[in-house]
Amino acid sequence: MRNKTRYRKKILTLAIGCTCILILLIVRLSYLMISKSEYYTDKALQLHQRERSIKAQRGKIIDATGEILAGNITVCTVSVIHNQIKDKEAVIKLLSDKLELSEEFVRKRVEKVTSIEKIKSNVDKAVGDEIRSANLDGIKIDDGYKRYYPYGELASKVLGFTGGDNQGIIGLEVVYDDILLGTNGTILTYTDARGVELAEWGEERIEPIPGENLCVSLDRNIQSYATQLAYQAMKTKEADSVSIIVMNPQNGEVMAMVNVPEFDLNNPYQLRENETENEETEAENEESIQTSATEMMSEEEKMKRLNNMWRNGCINDTYEPGSIFKVITAAAGLEEKVVDVESSFSCPGFIVVEDRRIRCHKTIGHGSENFLQGTMNSCNPVFVTVGLRLGSDRFYNYFEKFGLLQKTGIDLPGEANTIMHQKENIGLVELATISFGQSFQVTPIQLITTVSSLINGGKRVVPHMAVKTVDEDGNTKRVFTYKNDKQILSEETSDVLRGILEEVVANGGGRNGAVEGFRIGGKTATSETLPRGHGKYISSFIGFAPADNPQVIAIAIINHPKGTYYGGTIAAPIVRQLFENILPYLEGIDYN
Amino acid sequence: MRKQRGIRKTKEYYFDYSLVFIVLFLLGFGLIMVYSASSYEASVSEKLHYDAAYYLKKQASATVLGLIAMLVVSRIPYHFWERFAIPAYIVSVILILLVLTPLGYEANGARRWLRLGVSVQPAEIAKLAMILFLASFICRLGKGIRSTRGFMTVLCVPLPICALVWFITENMSSAIIIFGIAFLMLFVASPDYKRFVIIALVGVAVVFLAIFLFKQLEGSELLGVRGARVLAWMDPEAYASGKGFQTLQALYAIGSGGIFGKGLGQSMQKLGFLPETQNDMIFSIVCEELGLFGGIAIILMFLLLIWRFMIIANNASDLFGALLVVGVLGHIAIQAILNIAVVTNTIPNTGISLPFISYGGSSIMFLLIEIGLVLSVARGIRIKE
Repeated sequence: MRNKTRYRKKILTLAIGCTCILILLIVRLSYLMISKSEYYTDKALQLHQRERSIKAQRGKIIDATGEILAGNITVCTVSVIHNQIKDKEAVIKLLSDKLELSEEFVRKRVEKVTSIEKIKSNVDKAVGDEIRSANLDGIKIDDGYKRYYPYGELASKVLGFTGGDNQGIIGLEVVYDDILLGTNGTILTYTDARGVELAEWGEERIEPIPGENLCVSLDRNIQSYATQLAYQAMKTKEADSVSIIVMNPQNGEVMAMVNVPEFDLNNPYQLRENETENEETEAENEESIQTSATEMMSEEEKMKRLNNMWRNGCINDTYEPGSIFKVITAAAGLEEKVVDVESSFSCPGFIVVEDRRIRCHKTIGHGSENFLQGTMNSCNPVFVTVGLRLGSDRFYNYFEKFGLLQKTGIDLPGEANTIMHQKENIGLVELATISFGQSFQVTPIQLITTVSSLINGGKRVVPHMAVKTVDEDGNTKRVFTYKNDKQILSEETSDVLRGILEEVVANGGGRNGAVEGFRIGGKTATSETLPRGHGKYISSFIGFAPADNPQVIAIAIINHPKGTYYGGTIAAPIVRQLFENILPYLEGIDYN
Repeated sequence: MRKQRGIRKTKEYYFDYSLVFIVLFLLGFGLIMVYSASSYEASVSEKLHYDAAYYLKKQASATVLGLIAMLVVSRIPYHFWERFAIPAYIVSVILILLVLTPLGYEANGARRWLRLGVSVQPAEIAKLAMILFLASFICRLGKGIRSTRGFMTVLCVPLPICALVWFITENMSSAIIIFGIAFLMLFVASPDYKRFVIIALVGVAVVFLAIFLFKQLEGSELLGVRGARVLAWMDPEAYASGKGFQTLQALYAIGSGGIFGKGLGQSMQKLGFLPETQNDMIFSIVCEELGLFGGIAIILMFLLLIWRFMIIANNASDLFGALLVVGVLGHIAIQAILNIAVVTNTIPNTGISLPFISYGGSSIMFLLIEIGLVLSVARGIRIKE
């Protein structure tokens, strides 16, 4: 065949053509499987894996004695996986029964075509286990954690609580949210195109990292005793609220912070009964009317009341400090040497400043007295005189120096600022009223912190709760440090001040704060709340011990007591009872 | 040379073992991959009675039948079939038309199958018939093929069948393959090059024009299925939930295989993500499980097959035999190239199976008959060198 070579050439051309194309395809394949491999692998994984998160265990809050103030209990999250459900009706029935949800609600979620649909979270473990034991396909129960507060109401406004996503809402839970939260883990499971999990492919787990445990300076024993005293005072004096702060004046560690009425941390959205307005109604009808009132309450109104209930009066609210502020006036006067312990004064029962006649609480006057006696008597004219001697510029400079005009920096949210006159607006009358603690407002924490700093040798302390964080095994993870070394008052003046305040308790207006066997220093205060003339008072007492080397300081504030309202009569005994119990206890701790 | 010729005076038959081994390798590999690709889906399918080996069994029996047919055909001298060239052409036309009768049935949304005791795709028969008919036709044409008229005649011979396959069975891919086979046979038979270059250039121009047109029509109603496929080809991710879906899933499979693959049986994409895994898309599962190495190995096997065909065609004792082999070569090469090009999204998506490996009874039967023909041609080679 002559043509054979021609055909051969053609066939060879054909084969070479095919080879070239196949080689090009190999190149294309290599590009896809090498250069684009990572890209497509990621895409494919996204398609093949279903992700479920594992809640990290929130860090506990542990008090100074090692007790857990905020812990976690195991709860379940119940979800359904649409594609795995075999008996839809059984699933709907089981879930609506066990979870106490409406059938309609469950049906809607069961029938929704998604990979995984959450039905309910924070389900009791017992209920979760019951559902699990029914062994129906398509129901997924994941164990998680829910915040639990073993002491219920204790330090509710300080600790705060968490929301549905485990995030802090108020209090320490908010401030230390990042530390407590931990990092959620993930379970990655493989599924086929229908969403059926492939057990044989295994699962990838990214383990959650639990939050760090927060060790606070709060002492459960002191806190609970202070709470008892506060409730007792609130009840007997028919007061609106009572606040107590106990702290270490040397380093600012807060041992107790009580604001009664407290609320139940395990049920923080439950309004207190008397939080609704029908206080006057008959006990019989009260409940029904209140429930309907609660139901009818608008969301906004309810939120407002909840916020009010959660408010930490020691930090979020300001008040006129009254006579306790005389400690600050005294400190400034002594430091500036416009007065000394022996300086003599005369009180006719009032003092005239410009055109105003400022009365002393003792209308007949204290007569002739020295500064020490004036302080023991809590004599207004004496302190007005000291204030006027200082003058507004110097006095104001001391406010700044003492740290009164800034926030204390306590590690709790929402601290209120001091409400003080503008420097240029302080005339003689204002200066006079400021001298005995009126016409401006501070927070209780600011007051106790400033007094602490003045009596501890003159070092400004930062009040705080957090001491350190530890891991599950108790190893320290981080230690919180606070700037406690700013000298705001000379040690000498501080010493003199302590002596004066010890006399106030030993022989002066603070007698009711005395504790047998202990040297106590302190100051009482009674201030009429604005608007004046309504007969509403705030009674308070601040006390510290031992007077020569203060290790503990406490303030008790009674808001709007009925009947006797003198701080020396009703607030001082609270601190006395507190000290009677905690001073031996604290000594015991020191020896440990 | 003369000496050797003297020694081998008696006629010796040549049996191309290499070809048989390549084919057996591809068949065995295909069976494994069909099982791997289909078992999970079959095991969860109520329709298939949860039989994981459903596809494997069907494919294996078709393979056995095919191998028997291959052996039988290889024993019959190929000139025996020459007399059936015209009847084969006519029969394939009739069979395609039969699809319209109640004998035809629909599967996967297309009416392409005939129930004749066993189910057959007339398009598969048409491919074989076309090879046989054209080989015989070109031989009879003799030198006439050199004339423009002869050239055009040969070019027009497959058109009626292509049109029938395209419009009656709605199977454009098979129509393209049948025309492609005819075109390649003509290319070998005709001494001309120029005409083919012109046709190729015109073809390329038409393709570009079509793509341009489709691009202009983006978003309009006039686009149609083919246009949508072309657009999805250019950007499968933009059409991820529509026409681009299958292609994209194939790319996920191929891309996630990487260089060494996930291991045999370890494909994730076959778990219902990628449609038609055991069929048109099987090559992507090969790539996912066996990686780039597995993919290249398969392409190399096809290359070897093509070179074997070339050697047999070059040594065929006459033009008829050579053209038969060229037809089979064209058939297998076109399908392999187009299939791999589709799964790698090199060309727009169209349903073409991978020879010997994809699931499909008719396809495997007729491919093996074609191999039988090639073996028969090989037997005709007188060993003289």
